[in-house]
Amino acid sequence: MTPGLTTPHPYPGKLIIVEGIDGSGKSTQIALLHRWLLGRGLKVFFTEWNSSALVRRAMRRGKKKDLLTPTSFSILHAVDFADRLTYKIVPPLKAGMTVLADRYVYTAFGRDVARGVDSEWVRAMYGFAPRPDLAIYFRVPIEVSLQRILTGRTKLKYHEAGMDLGLSRDPAESFRLFQSQVLVIYDELVREFGLSVIDATADISQQQQQVRAMAAEVLGLDKGIRHARRR
Amino acid sequence: MHDADKRFYGNGLPYLKLGPLKGSLIVVEGTDSVGRSTQIERLTPWLELQGYGVVNTGWIRSPLLAETINEAKAGHELNVMTFSLLYAADFADRLENQIIPALRAGFIVLADRYLYTVFARNAVMGAAPEWTRRLFGFAVVPDLVLYQKIDVRHLIPRALESKGMDYWESGMHLRLGSDIFDSFRRYQTRLIREYDRMADEFSFVTIDATRTIDEIQEDLRATIARYLAGEQPVTSPRRGAGGVSRLVRRGRVAARA
Repeated sequence: MTPGLTTPHPYPGKLIIVEGIDGSGKSTQIALLHRWLLGRGLKVFFTEWNSSALVRRAMRRGKKKDLLTPTSFSILHAVDFADRLTYKIVPPLKAGMTVLADRYVYTAFGRDVARGVDSEWVRAMYGFAPRPDLAIYFRVPIEVSLQRILTGRTKLKYHEAGMDLGLSRDPAESFRLFQSQVLVIYDELVREFGLSVIDATADISQQQQQVRAMAAEVLGLDKGIRHARRR
Repeated sequence: MHDADKRFYGNGLPYLKLGPLKGSLIVVEGTDSVGRSTQIERLTPWLELQGYGVVNTGWIRSPLLAETINEAKAGHELNVMTFSLLYAADFADRLENQIIPALRAGFIVLADRYLYTVFARNAVMGAAPEWTRRLFGFAVVPDLVLYQKIDVRHLIPRALESKGMDYWESGMHLRLGSDIFDSFRRYQTRLIREYDRMADEFSFVTIDATRTIDEIQEDLRATIARYLAGEQPVTSPRRGAGGVSRLVRRGRVAARA
């Protein structure tokens, strides 16, 4: 067990995470940051929400057969997280590496609570999660994210749109209703956990400049893109 | 706060309206190889003969996770966190898709193990007890917990006679002994100590499981019969929040009468 989200972790490495609803552009931003950090010669490890092999089958089965309840859905994500924490996050942090995570426990605090699970319960369940050294939240209006998703991959995913909650039969409308609730909760999480906010409607390169400046400060690097280019 | 609904150990399932539960949740607890399944196999037809509808449930039997857990156990890739969470997911699945619907419909749900098994194992593995207990805060408080109490000296031959000592049940993952026998003895001694501790906290009805199968069965039946007749079971002395379930039990029994 680690000290949890309220105290800094004891490891020599640094943990940087990004948060935001689907279509906020956070994955693009963390990919650009990853490339930049590698270019600066850092040892970087990247990990993604809901990607461990341990629960892949159960998750797929549960989604396909519609077996998942808000609680089992929530716990399965915690299994995924605990598994990645054990094998993918803590070892590189102990080795002094930089770990980049696309989504972190705040995703559960937002989505699962919007699905109806108890907010204290989900925080207690993730009580073993180490506090990130930097947590960036990409804030985006619902219509912008919806447009980005629809132009990119044309179809909304079932759970991403909160279709399991029966809010609306129209996927776009369901997405609007569900993710709007998630957005409200994210704003509360920004205050509760001190997440750094970036306006995700700005240009990609503009956002990336901010991201790099924040990361540079945490990692103790010389700031700025310009400097990096000059090398 | 959800103090209107004290039928859960913690804050429960806020999105679910539990409604009246006409059935009864009867849990059979006890350490590995103590003979729980043998006893449950005999309790089921006995209850059915009296006209009760019975649903059996047990640890790692959810269609969602059974395969995943068994595979992960085979690969020895689990630690106390992933173990507990997988058990919690299995339990949540069975609770919402099987146990609660059966209780609503008036069945007797016979559960082979309940969360106390995870509490015992986690305590031995060194997880923070507070974390484990809060994790299972969505669990329904059982009406009756029948604890088959045994000591390790009686347990060892029983384990060897049935299916032998397995890797996890011997606590080999904890490296407690030089071989599987030593490890089993130490691990099970610690587990039993934890169950005994919980007997007070969660008001188990303790059944002496060092006796023969028939004697244990007789004792279990007598306890269940008394409960079904509306009598208060003789439990270990209560402490703390456990008192809530007694109130609920009284209310339920009164409603049935």
